[in-house]
Amino acid sequence: MTSSAHALGDVLAVESDPGGGFTPPGIGEFYPEVLTSFSVLGVGFEITRITIIAWVATLAMIAFLVATVRKPQIVPGKMQFIGETSYSFIRDGIARDVVGPKGLPFAPFLASLFFFILANNLMAIIPLAQISPMSKFAFPLVLALICWVVYIVVGIKNQGLWPYFRDIMFLPGVPKPMYLLITPLELLQNFIVRPFTLAIRLFANMFAGHMLLVTFALGATYLLTVGNFSAVFGPISALMAIVMTFFELLVIFLQAYVFTMLMGTYLNGSVEAAH
Amino acid sequence: MSILAAESANPLLPPVGEIIVGLIAFAVLLFVVVKFVAPRFEQVFQARRAAIEGGIERAEAMQAEAKAALEQYRAQLAEARNEAAQIRDSARAEGQQIIEQLRAQAQEESARIVARGEEQLAASRQQVVAELRGQIGALAVELAGRVVGESLADDARRSGTVDRFLDELDEMAASNPAGNGGAQPTSGATTGSTVYVPEGNR
Repeated sequence: MTSSAHALGDVLAVESDPGGGFTPPGIGEFYPEVLTSFSVLGVGFEITRITIIAWVATLAMIAFLVATVRKPQIVPGKMQFIGETSYSFIRDGIARDVVGPKGLPFAPFLASLFFFILANNLMAIIPLAQISPMSKFAFPLVLALICWVVYIVVGIKNQGLWPYFRDIMFLPGVPKPMYLLITPLELLQNFIVRPFTLAIRLFANMFAGHMLLVTFALGATYLLTVGNFSAVFGPISALMAIVMTFFELLVIFLQAYVFTMLMGTYLNGSVEAAH
Repeated sequence: MSILAAESANPLLPPVGEIIVGLIAFAVLLFVVVKFVAPRFEQVFQARRAAIEGGIERAEAMQAEAKAALEQYRAQLAEARNEAAQIRDSARAEGQQIIEQLRAQAQEESARIVARGEEQLAASRQQVVAELRGQIGALAVELAGRVVGESLADDARRSGTVDRFLDELDEMAASNPAGNGGAQPTSGATTGSTVYVPEGNR
């Protein structure tokens, strides 16, 4: 027997061992131990470390924002400059340029969305936390539902109840027979697909990102500790985990921006009458 | 175990409690941003814009002022140039006038000098003529006396004859100026001597 064949045999032996072997991370990753649970008005609350992470992220973001505007000055300091740049990024880049001239009042809301998602997303790669609350569907869903309510209410307020629904159902400038096809699609698109795509896009990205990181991290640990030739692949897995962490950092910013940007375009449709 | 229970959970069906937790977390952040962070940032932006616009306004005012000053200087310069041209013109005119005046004066002076010279000349001539007349009479009598051989000097009363003769000569010269080709009265005396020749025909 050559040494490699021997190693392969070892691996196979481990694989066939029902007690050992590599257990890939499962959905259980997202359902950590319940620390405490209580019930208010029949609604059960389970406090897990993810809940705490969400609160820490939110409070940290609030602390950061407050710190940047504590002593506002015309010539900004370093801290104020960072806060201002981030706020202007949403205020000018989305509220003013995407929503339109009437978009500035939405700047605080859009900025809150962005900062909230960003803070929670960042928890995916911050040591000790290393899981984003956004990989729990509840959080993106809440945000998406809020957005859904906001853009519909803003649409009705700006265009009137009937014109708003009329313009969505019967797109101006479309041949009448086409309404058979377009009206159901538009209704579905505006009132059901939009909030769910918003929520699921963010959720799925953070969910998959976390799974990837955990898989590579656990894989590296397993390969290094399995005690045979497979240890060679351990560092590769660890390297992948590090590379994927940087990739995750990109996804964190991108998803926060994409969510806010899409909300900006929906608000644009609500603020301005359909073309 | 809850973990085992979670294995069968659908991640797309979140518990209501979690939704409420997320809602509260977002609401808190939203509240802080809307009530505190955004207004302050807007305030700063406004103040900054005001500062920048104020600066621009100041710069514009200064530019306008500079422009006005430049305009004023230009106007003054043009005025000064105009004035200089006027002064130059008037100086030139004055110079011309002075030259004219001087020329006239000089002409006048020269005319006066010439006139005086002529006058003096005439006076001298008159004097010479008068002197000559007296001497000629005496000489003629003396010569005649010598020719005759006896003194005629004591015949003083005869000098009246000589004077009469000379007066006659003068009268002839005065009554016949046309015959001399319009001779001037000053030269009439000189021609008198030439006229004197035909006198012998008498």
